[in-house]
Amino acid sequence: MSLDDLGRDGAHALLREMLLIRRFEEKCAELYTQQKIRGFLHLYIGEEAIAVGALSALTADDNVLSTYREHGHALARGLGAGPIMAEMYGKAGGCALGRGGSMHLFDASRRFYGGNAIVGGHLPLAVGLALADKMLGRKAVTACFFGDGATAEGVFHESLNLAALWKLPVLFLCENNLYAMGTAIELHAADTEISRRPRAFGIPAERVDGMDVVAVERAVRYAAEAAREGEGPRFLELMTYRFRAHSMYDAELYRSKAEVQRWKERDPIQLFERALRERGWLDDDARARVENDVLGEVEAAVRFAEESPWEALEDLEKHVYVRRVGADEGGA
Amino acid sequence: MREIRYREAVREAMLEEMERDERVFLMGEEVGHYQGAYKVSEGLLARFGEKRVIDTPIAEAGFAGIGVGAAMTGLRPIIEFMTWNFSFVAFDQIISNAAKASQMSGGRVPCPIVFRGPNGAAKQVASQHSHSVDPFYTNIPGLWVVMPSTPRDAKGLLKTAIREDNPVIFLEGETLYNVKGEVPDVEADEAIPFGKARVAREGDGCTIVAWGAPYYVVLDAAERLRQEHGLECEVVDPRTLRPLDIETIVESVKKTHRCVVVHEHWPYGGPGAEIVDQVQREAFDWLDAPIERVAALDVPMPYASNLETLVLPNVDRVIEAVKRAAYL
Repeated sequence: MSLDDLGRDGAHALLREMLLIRRFEEKCAELYTQQKIRGFLHLYIGEEAIAVGALSALTADDNVLSTYREHGHALARGLGAGPIMAEMYGKAGGCALGRGGSMHLFDASRRFYGGNAIVGGHLPLAVGLALADKMLGRKAVTACFFGDGATAEGVFHESLNLAALWKLPVLFLCENNLYAMGTAIELHAADTEISRRPRAFGIPAERVDGMDVVAVERAVRYAAEAAREGEGPRFLELMTYRFRAHSMYDAELYRSKAEVQRWKERDPIQLFERALRERGWLDDDARARVENDVLGEVEAAVRFAEESPWEALEDLEKHVYVRRVGADEGGA
Repeated sequence: MREIRYREAVREAMLEEMERDERVFLMGEEVGHYQGAYKVSEGLLARFGEKRVIDTPIAEAGFAGIGVGAAMTGLRPIIEFMTWNFSFVAFDQIISNAAKASQMSGGRVPCPIVFRGPNGAAKQVASQHSHSVDPFYTNIPGLWVVMPSTPRDAKGLLKTAIREDNPVIFLEGETLYNVKGEVPDVEADEAIPFGKARVAREGDGCTIVAWGAPYYVVLDAAERLRQEHGLECEVVDPRTLRPLDIETIVESVKKTHRCVVVHEHWPYGGPGAEIVDQVQREAFDWLDAPIERVAALDVPMPYASNLETLVLPNVDRVIEAVKRAAYL
């Protein structure tokens, strides 16, 4: 959709969602230093336009898979700031009952299949979800987010080949933030234009400005329509940049402050805000209302996480298997 | 009852379950047009068509993971590895995805998938094609690990595996495909539950635990021990290594007071060591001798016939171990 098609309310919804991710993650970083959140924490700050643009173009019946940098996708998919924050606390109110943490947000009821923390490991899963949809006659598409680093993995090529060979409705959404952890794309890819690779499998692919939420929404909407109509997989290379460190333990020795600063001038939230102000769709009052609204939601999420109980110790083994053997005859 | 081969038993289980439930499908290398590298899937393509008998490229990580994804959203895939040696390429998909689906979803997403194929040494196929993978997969909570020794167990346990809602590692004996044995008629629809060991031979002289190809080595050894030493051994086949029916093994040891565990995997760790550990704690006061183990020797499998024979458990090594345990 164009900005005109989105309209003022549609545009405000996108702005609010991007700002929610930004403020939520800023709070996460703060809570990490307070040791409320532990383990690995990978922030999405700078890349919000992709999750928000892409997920606003999908339906509730579509499947979504993401990486360990998935807070933005989970929020935009509607898992709820409260259950997500509680998951990071490791509490019973978490979307994965405290068993996942930051890297493994999961909510099958929203068809959100992780939060997958092995680079590239979830690409075959996405192809499998799409295979099941095709075999069962469901008209869903499967959106699979991954980074430029994943394109070096063997399963990347296996997954693209099989999705194309079997004409499966998969959207491969590559968030190219120019670094595989701390290794620049020039150092990990023989051809840095990733969108050329899927074409070798006959998969239509294009590069999109991942800092432009409207451009992302439009590209994903077109791609999803094609995949939904049985035209096979689509691939988008979404150009973006991670403003913060890879994780909380990263001194960022591999890139210059000047480079980071240059990209911050293309902050997706500021770009979109500017576009809305130029339209006369946003003024200081409206902006302040969105800000307060989002901060209120983040505060409520923290409260929810704080008040949520811990999982009962006796439930440790409860979900290792979906049902214990012996509860039935012959496993039927 | 009729007599069929182990290979046919595996095929019958797949065929019957595919007829019973249209969500079940078979996917792997050479399962369709080639009719299976070991002819286990012979005829299934003609019977069920390309939609349910799917030939894949040589891409184990890809098709294993695709199976996991399909299982998480409503299908019941059977993934055939041409041999379990090739599953190492797909290890991440099995360990990080299949075995974690339930835990990561808080018990809300079942992953009803069977990974199956031949396991263990064949004949002179050397170091990269002779693995017994039992120790790798039994270590993983979230997986069930099954290794049937007889045609009847192969069929009955595979039917259970296909109906199970958790991922199952189904290890077939590469050298057992031609073994013949009695299997109930199709109408019996026998599904053998997991976690139930089978006492294959009764005796009070020494308990021998064995599964897979060594199971037959042990039966031969037990017969010779009876003839040559008058010792009646009790042979217990666990059938499923996870869950493990330790109760049946311990009950037997309480009767015989001696225990030998025979397996084809390497001696360091694995289900062999796990059984020894559990028996010594559960039956400590009943044991009259240290528990013995007979395993593959601790080397990558050599190609040369004489060396390979030396590495694998054989009747003489089993007899020596039983004699040590029985102070004969």
